Amino acid sequence: MSKKVTLSREFIKGLWDQNPVFKQVLGMCPTLAVTVSAENGIAMALATTFVLVFSSVIISMIRKLIPTQVRIASYILIIATFVTIVDLVMKAKFPELSQSLGPFIPLIVVNCLILGRQEAFSSKNGVLRSVMDSLGMGTGFLITLFILGGIREIFGSGTLLGITVMPSFYEPWVVMILPAGAFLVLGLLMGFANVYIERKKRLERIDYLSRLKSIEPVTSGQEAA
Amino acid sequence: MDLILIFFSAAIVNNFVLSYFLGICPFIGVSNKISSAFSMGLAATFVMVITSIVTWLIYHIILVPFELEFLQYVSFILIIASLVQFVEMFIKKVSQPLYRALGIFLPLITTNCAIMGLALFIVLKEYTFVQGIVYGLGAGAGFTLAITIMAGIREELDLADIPKPFRGAPITLIVAGILALAFMGFSGLISG
Repeated sequence: MSKKVTLSREFIKGLWDQNPVFKQVLGMCPTLAVTVSAENGIAMALATTFVLVFSSVIISMIRKLIPTQVRIASYILIIATFVTIVDLVMKAKFPELSQSLGPFIPLIVVNCLILGRQEAFSSKNGVLRSVMDSLGMGTGFLITLFILGGIREIFGSGTLLGITVMPSFYEPWVVMILPAGAFLVLGLLMGFANVYIERKKRLERIDYLSRLKSIEPVTSGQEAA
Repeated sequence: MDLILIFFSAAIVNNFVLSYFLGICPFIGVSNKISSAFSMGLAATFVMVITSIVTWLIYHIILVPFELEFLQYVSFILIIASLVQFVEMFIKKVSQPLYRALGIFLPLITTNCAIMGLALFIVLKEYTFVQGIVYGLGAGAGFTLAITIMAGIREELDLADIPKPFRGAPITLIVAGILALAFMGFSGLISG
């Protein structure tokens, strides 16, 4: 990277500018599958972040030793090793959580978010930079899963993190915790995120145009003079 | 009878894409045209069936007798990655037209979570060898069905007037949600 980007920028860009779910559309399977509740979403995002950070450390360390032809296979093996660690730890320490996430913990292996970041970033950058990048991506993923899980839990069961938030007369919308709800909520969220981005872009363009206009009369005035 | 139930359960009632969320990436990525979606489905089905055979054999002949179950994920992903490579070379050698139809989709299949999910589910559900193959076939049929229906809808959507921010991934997800609602009609038909 010729342009020097500060370490904090590497972290912050994952939160929104390159948010893995909204902007890059990566890691969709776990995003949709485990966000039945906010708690599950947080657990899944933390597990993914752990794997992402540690495999980034290893891959950015040995990036110059891996031949390009077999890099994908090597990355997958490194990722699979860390996923095995996470799975065994979760089974031992948090059996209920591991039960409710089911096969989606081992499926972190094929999460395109992790492989994508290794290919796009860790294989080209140093250890510190890669750690900041993966921490940022992991946090962005965490925020997204928490929002999605939170919305589905509030409407689907009337609770947030197990605490009742909806009034007692509220009839839970069961569809929200069913598969269909996941698709609908994520689709709508992405759509609204795009509305916000479009509006911001348009405002920036108007701002830019008006600045151009404010410069123009001065120069033309000078020419006339 | 048991095998028929497994097939339909995997293909329709517990559809991999619409109720287990496996294989969402190609489902969103490759569902632009019916023909390419169908080819993708066929390629995935092909790899799924072979995967269910090979992973079952490896798991029960090597991993279980030597108590190496903890190597499950590492070995499964290695098997899938090398299998996809092998299938690609094999098809290229045997049938050129098939290779031209499936070629570009095969590498994508390695990171398709449906394949890995299938291997894990077969272990989790303790299927026998034959049941595993039928399950793989059913899962592949379900994936093909879902992605082809989706491609059909998206071809029509191209002509529709969708608000600009919702074009692309968002509308695909919303349509998938409605499709999942429709597939919910099958739930309870077969349990398991």
